[in-house]
Amino acid sequence: MPSSKISWMIGGAQGTGVDSSANIFARAAALSGLYVYGKREYYSNIKGEHSYFSIVMSDAPVYSHLDEVHLLATFDSETVVRHAWEVVRGGGIIYDAMAVGEKITSIPTLEKIVSERILTKLSREGLGETVGDVLEVAKRAGAALYPIPYMEIIKKLAEATGEKQLSALSRMTNVLAVAASFSILGLPFKSLEEAIGQIFKAKARVVKSNIEAARITMEYVTNKFLDTFPYRPTLRPTRKPRLLISGTSSIALGKIVAGCRFQTYYPITPASDESVFLEDHDTFTLNMEDYPHLQEVSELNGHGGVVVVQTEDEIAAVNMASGAALAGARASTGTSGPGFDLMIEGLGFAGMNEIPLVVTLYQRGGPSTGLPTRHEQGELLFSIFGGHGEFPRIVISSGDIEEAFYDTIKAFNYAEKYQLPVIHLVDKALANSTMTTDVFDRGRLNIERGRLFTSWDASKGEYKRFAFTEDGISPRTVLGTTNGIFWNTGDEHDEYGHITEDPTLRDKMMEKRMRKLETADAEIPESERVSIYGNPDAPSLILSWGSPKGAILDAIADLEHEGLHFAFAQIRVLHPFPTRFIQTLIPSYKKTICVEQNYSGQLMTLIRARTGHMIDHLICKYNGRPFSSTEVKNALKEVLFKGTARVVTRAGA
Amino acid sequence: MTTRLSMVSFRTAVHNDWCPGCGDFGILSSIQMALAELQIEPSKAVIFSGIGCSGKTPHYVNTYGIHTLHGRSLPFALGAKLANPTLTVLAVGGDGDGLGIGAGHFVNSGRRNVDFTYIVFDNGVYGLTKGQASPTLARGLKTKSLPRPNINDAINPIAIAVTAGYTFIARGYAYDTRHLKELIKKGIQHKGSAFIDVLQPCPTYNDINTKEWYGGEDRVVEGKPLPRIYKLEDEGYEYLVNSADPEEDNKKKLQAISRSFEWGERIPIGIFYQNPHIPTYEERIVARTPVYATSPPAIQPIAGKSGRPLAVIDEIMAEFMV
Repeated sequence: MPSSKISWMIGGAQGTGVDSSANIFARAAALSGLYVYGKREYYSNIKGEHSYFSIVMSDAPVYSHLDEVHLLATFDSETVVRHAWEVVRGGGIIYDAMAVGEKITSIPTLEKIVSERILTKLSREGLGETVGDVLEVAKRAGAALYPIPYMEIIKKLAEATGEKQLSALSRMTNVLAVAASFSILGLPFKSLEEAIGQIFKAKARVVKSNIEAARITMEYVTNKFLDTFPYRPTLRPTRKPRLLISGTSSIALGKIVAGCRFQTYYPITPASDESVFLEDHDTFTLNMEDYPHLQEVSELNGHGGVVVVQTEDEIAAVNMASGAALAGARASTGTSGPGFDLMIEGLGFAGMNEIPLVVTLYQRGGPSTGLPTRHEQGELLFSIFGGHGEFPRIVISSGDIEEAFYDTIKAFNYAEKYQLPVIHLVDKALANSTMTTDVFDRGRLNIERGRLFTSWDASKGEYKRFAFTEDGISPRTVLGTTNGIFWNTGDEHDEYGHITEDPTLRDKMMEKRMRKLETADAEIPESERVSIYGNPDAPSLILSWGSPKGAILDAIADLEHEGLHFAFAQIRVLHPFPTRFIQTLIPSYKKTICVEQNYSGQLMTLIRARTGHMIDHLICKYNGRPFSSTEVKNALKEVLFKGTARVVTRAGA
Repeated sequence: MTTRLSMVSFRTAVHNDWCPGCGDFGILSSIQMALAELQIEPSKAVIFSGIGCSGKTPHYVNTYGIHTLHGRSLPFALGAKLANPTLTVLAVGGDGDGLGIGAGHFVNSGRRNVDFTYIVFDNGVYGLTKGQASPTLARGLKTKSLPRPNINDAINPIAIAVTAGYTFIARGYAYDTRHLKELIKKGIQHKGSAFIDVLQPCPTYNDINTKEWYGGEDRVVEGKPLPRIYKLEDEGYEYLVNSADPEEDNKKKLQAISRSFEWGERIPIGIFYQNPHIPTYEERIVARTPVYATSPPAIQPIAGKSGRPLAVIDEIMAEFMV
């Protein structure tokens, strides 16, 4: 039965254009009016290892990937033998007609454990050991085969373009695979043409030859194969303009809008993409028309700028950002698990000295170096509790790419309002996926700088940076403010910031600092802290945080059609925990289920600690691949029908 | 009306708990004198420090004072300076702080040539933790509280500073405050990263490199001690790189390294090397992001009065529009 969601996959060796072909495909599909969600998987390697991109498209918004593949586009043997198994009955496989004879064991980047697994399956089917044998299995399982003579098409292209060097043209094999897909899926050439133009915009010749290659391929496929592919997306007239954007770019844009003007980083996967994007866009336009009263703006000649510093390590990154924040800039750093480990001492200093600092933490598979290019949500408890001693901090987490943009602005507002470090938890799945979203709307945003003083009136008395106040928040000046001199120290300190070991002062200062968290807890509305989805009257409640949101939303929408109802609470502010809300929410459901991507159920632990409630079921995953909606759907059914307490899902290649 | 600033303007009421006779006092007053003589407004200067006895320095100076983490004063200082280049930024710290735990930052800060001044209180021991050997203590020496003689070789802070890329490199002596004050003034006035290594006897834990030892009281000639310390400028030493010619720079660098290995019988202080021709990090940022010149991070407006963000991202979003 044709599905309203179509899943397309392309794979190949890293460095052969898998990413750009997926970008072209996703953009072209989006330009055709479809909603798109793309997931990128790659090895910690520069060239040669296998990477793949899966794209789900639909005529309605889509938030996650599927396990099943409807159309697999390949231009190397490894992708065929790794992924042919995922193609559904009625689906299709595009492959190099010349490669069928290749022996599986001759693929050098295929780990032994993988090739042995494949050979066992083949011998069970009574087949041989070649790529063609894998294709035969897929055919037996009901997949249509689309052999494409890539080399012949490239020769034809050489004749058409007059390009003599075939090696230059063979670099375009990836685009041939995309074009063949477009033809089989019945998508318009016009969108593909437009997408190629946008992706290679800087190189007119490349655009021209790629478009020609696409045209010849689509023509070949149309003439050669019957037009019977059952999984064809429903096209509707183009809607309002949307963005097709990745998580790292979305957060970088959020930082520009939020007024972040100083960003530090040390290279680490998958966090550095954000900083590199910022550096690439370090000058931007300021809105002068709306703010004629702002005299300074005219001096800027209509431009603003962000300074991005690549530091010697993450210790320097976090502390340099703190230094900039002390000077009054909105400052942040972006990192992943191992880098965050190194930042903990600096985080404590920011907490102790009430420095507004934003750390964007891109979680990836841990512990230690772990799975550096793969996904996990392993740092929830660490980001809340990491560090020696106790200090206030706020931890928030975004569920998708669009949310990540708006949450970035929130992160900076919280940091300045409550004068503390804010950890913005995202992860590899969110960082490296791409999604169609509404255009970001800065009109609905506000920058709140809290109790920031750009000058200090000495007649109000001597300035005290850590003045005791009822809500714990003191007036804040920045370095360079006249009459606003202060001291900072990692030692316990008095209201001026000078060292003290006096027990009474220690108590007062500790309580003042920690009181800010109570203030934040009282002030941040529940609506910003928890989002409720699904059917609130359902008997079962799903609780989750971060990027599993997409797979959960897609899964419960599907299950709703099957008559199974779920409520879903996405917790967005993890610290201070929305205790009151969750405490009263949980008892109104018969069954509670945590869905998260770690081994131990960190949210489950946190809920127990903060509310006293035990969660009944845990759906978890830690193989480094994000949840698909398929597996969340199946796991929810298992919980419902079998009552399984702990479901570990293991999908993904 | 501006009042003329004096050394007193830079004092605080905080009780100073350094040991009596500590070399740190001389460095502290040299800093205060330098700031006063340069008439730097206290609210426009920031002193960053690390951990240890020297780490307390900012609390004794009436400017913004950020007493940071062990070994981390430089990243903090650089962050502040780059966010607001109008600030006068100093960093101070011990030799353990800057050349042990903070060595990575010491080297990498040299690569950037941010306009700031870094003063190392160099006494060969970790004083506040009761006298363990620090990175500048020579191998084989057994200072008072060491159970065994020092097993590690000493590093040469001047030579490291030269190769790391600092563009003003000097050594002072904590008991010659007039000379040290001048070095600090020149360091502050230098456009770029200035490094000043200050020989600072620790009267409590370093019983070898003492004030008396530096003063040569163990080698009396004609009834007078023969000091170990001498001034480079008294011997016609040429530290300044006069041109942008890399060959001259290399020559002056090698000369500085060579002099920095002179130790024991004669110990040079003064300016070893200065190159005013290397662009500062701030200038390098302006070259790629011109708006930085008038609108650095801490000074740039980010929101209108209503709080609406000033940055417009429409042009960037256009890259992603479908």
